[in-house]
Amino acid sequence: MSEEIKTMKVTIDNITIDVAPGTTILQAARQIGGDVTPPAMCYYSKLEGSGGKCRTCLVEVAAGSTADPRPMPKLVASCRTGVMDGMIVKNMTSEKVPEARAGVVEFLLLNHPLDCPICDQAGECHLQDLGYDHGKEGTRYQFARRTFKKEDIGPFIQLHMTRCILCYRCTYVANQLTDNRVHGVVDRGDHAAISTYISKAIDNEFSGNMIDVCPVGALTDKTFRFKNRVWFTKPVDAHRNCKTPGCCGKTTLWMRGSEVFRVTARKDTWGEVQSFDGKPGWICNTCRFETKNAESWTIEGLTTISRHSVIGVNKYKTLDMPKETTKAVMNGVEPKLLMDIHNISEVNKPGVHLSDIKGPAHSTNFKKQ
Amino acid sequence: MGRKLLLDKINVEGIRHYDVYRKEGGYRSVEKALKMQPNDIVEEVKKSGLRGRGGAGFPTGMKWSFLAKPDGVPRYLVCNADESEPGTFKDRFLMEFIPHILIEGMIVASFALGSNTSYIYIRGEYDWITDILEQAIKEANDNGWLGKNIQGSGFDCQMYVQRGAGAYICGEETALIESLEGKRGNPRIKPPFPAIKGLWDCPTVVNNVETLAAVVPILNEGGDAYAKIGVGRSTGTKLISACGNINKPGIYEIDMTISVEEFIYSDEYCGGIPNGKKLKACIPGGSSVPILPANLLLTTAKGEKRLMNYESLSDGGFATGSMMGSGGFIVLDEDQCIVKHTYTLARFYRHESCGQCSPCREGTGWMEKILLAIESGKGKMSDIDLLWDIQRKIEGNTICPLGDAAAWPVAAAIRHFRDEFEWHVNNPEKCLTENFGLRHYADPVYVAES
Repeated sequence: MSEEIKTMKVTIDNITIDVAPGTTILQAARQIGGDVTPPAMCYYSKLEGSGGKCRTCLVEVAAGSTADPRPMPKLVASCRTGVMDGMIVKNMTSEKVPEARAGVVEFLLLNHPLDCPICDQAGECHLQDLGYDHGKEGTRYQFARRTFKKEDIGPFIQLHMTRCILCYRCTYVANQLTDNRVHGVVDRGDHAAISTYISKAIDNEFSGNMIDVCPVGALTDKTFRFKNRVWFTKPVDAHRNCKTPGCCGKTTLWMRGSEVFRVTARKDTWGEVQSFDGKPGWICNTCRFETKNAESWTIEGLTTISRHSVIGVNKYKTLDMPKETTKAVMNGVEPKLLMDIHNISEVNKPGVHLSDIKGPAHSTNFKKQ
Repeated sequence: MGRKLLLDKINVEGIRHYDVYRKEGGYRSVEKALKMQPNDIVEEVKKSGLRGRGGAGFPTGMKWSFLAKPDGVPRYLVCNADESEPGTFKDRFLMEFIPHILIEGMIVASFALGSNTSYIYIRGEYDWITDILEQAIKEANDNGWLGKNIQGSGFDCQMYVQRGAGAYICGEETALIESLEGKRGNPRIKPPFPAIKGLWDCPTVVNNVETLAAVVPILNEGGDAYAKIGVGRSTGTKLISACGNINKPGIYEIDMTISVEEFIYSDEYCGGIPNGKKLKACIPGGSSVPILPANLLLTTAKGEKRLMNYESLSDGGFATGSMMGSGGFIVLDEDQCIVKHTYTLARFYRHESCGQCSPCREGTGWMEKILLAIESGKGKMSDIDLLWDIQRKIEGNTICPLGDAAAWPVAAAIRHFRDEFEWHVNNPEKCLTENFGLRHYADPVYVAES
């Protein structure tokens, strides 16, 4: 017998690729990479059974397979739909997908608090990325947002339920990584919530991985909370000889100077935990929360962040500035100049050195004018 | 009145009990089935043209023939008795008064499908019916229709009743299976379909109560005879649970040849609208299907008389038609407010959404809030278009059909009763005390959408 493995030909946005049978559309698209890849908020390749819930990865299947070239009637969740030989998938080239996806982004942001300025996830939040890439500016929602009572789930993890988008990833971590599942989803509908049963604290060596899989700021690191913004810290790859069974010991340290602010698992291009020797590189709580001195780690070098963070890929370079004049926006009313800060404040003068300025501009400076 | 197949013995005293039921000819179909080959029974059901009575109307024989039959793996039959659709109460009636017809149909189906363990998943609110069914199962067991070696045929079948915990979503077949396994009732992502991987990852068939009960007359009279009743692809009889503004609400067994007009106005069935009021609108198949204004309900857009069957009710698609659904026939007279009615339904779907996928979880709540605002005189004209846009983004983008079921009533209400929504927005104070009333809807002036 030859060792030939039958492959399947799938075309996504006019790019054809050969993939192994059993590959999902999303995985095939990730093999192509770039803008072809649909976004995924709930699917996590390292967690069995995840996906299909957030509906951001919806794609149009224009032809089911060579054998049955009929198109699929509805948009399908690419993360849970297997490819067939000769399948033709439309992602961004589809007419229906961008609109449906914008709808999903709007739904996800409907009850999500816009508290990014005080959220620890800001800067590495998948929902921010998603909103930037596929959302619309402004919301049409005019009602009070849903809120939840605060719940304490232990000393290491902060649960902020109002930010949760119910991707269920953390419950899969609880099911598949920790041997003692103590948290899950309670209630249903738009009042469904992640909770520990009867507020039992999460006490397991691998519970910290929930923070890494959480796409938003619903589960954050209590030991890092409000200490720093992620974009001020410098990520470096490091490892240590961890004795906990199941812990890979390979991490990313988020440092400022010589101080370690935060320890996380290493992430790949898609924001998922990297695999080492075919196994997902989950880390234990000892590494994550209790080993925050640089001496305990062997530092390998700077982490490259290839895709994550909207700022990191310079998306704001092409920011569209408003084209209307102030007069047009204000229904013909000319703006009234109250003060001209450019003439008053020395900060704005070209070539001025900041140390030469005596102090900030004061109200008396304006009154003089 | 047309022929009755399920409810013909309903007036016999004590039909709920085994002795009377057996004397009236019960369990004949099991005797007949056990002498047949299982595949022949499936063929017989195929011939009968029986369509699923739970709402989707998928041909039952076809569903049965899709069941995977790998060696060494058990197969299951599950009866979906989680009847929670507002306006639908036919299964409750059947199980409460003739429980044995369901048990009988299930034994035949179990034999045809090779299921040695069969379940009845009943909604939690039907607790007294659970007792009735368990009593019926015990009687069937005592008389050798269930258990080991049924009537000396060598076929074993155990039957259990499992109560749900009060969730509409568990009427969706994969959510039902999850719930039956003891998990949170979240619908599964399909494929794989239950016929391949269902209960405990084994091939499973999930059928509605009325569908399984209909297997009894099919076996007794033969598939061909059953197919002769009714019209076109709507064969056999259908139970309709009629409610709302009618003189005689209740369960009616109809053969699917009568017209909607006859069903509402004849004394044999609903007996007309009380107090001399006029018909305004009707939901012909349970709360999930599109509402139709009176003119479109009685005649199709082509001007033909609309009949009470699958094809005729869905004639014209969603633009001018509706669906047979589960047979929950809700009639609204001229005094009913469509906005309030749509709000009530939206509130139901918001409450019952499982919260698994985002369009349904967030969209149902949003629609409810907007409808409440319009109903209470705080709506804006743009809200109507917004509602339309939200329902469009929910429909078809969710894991299970609950998203569609939540979107369709809102879509249909706006499609056919936009004037009434606009009237609510334009008369924010008047709409709190007065009703829009009929206006032009009752007369056949509808012009098909171009």
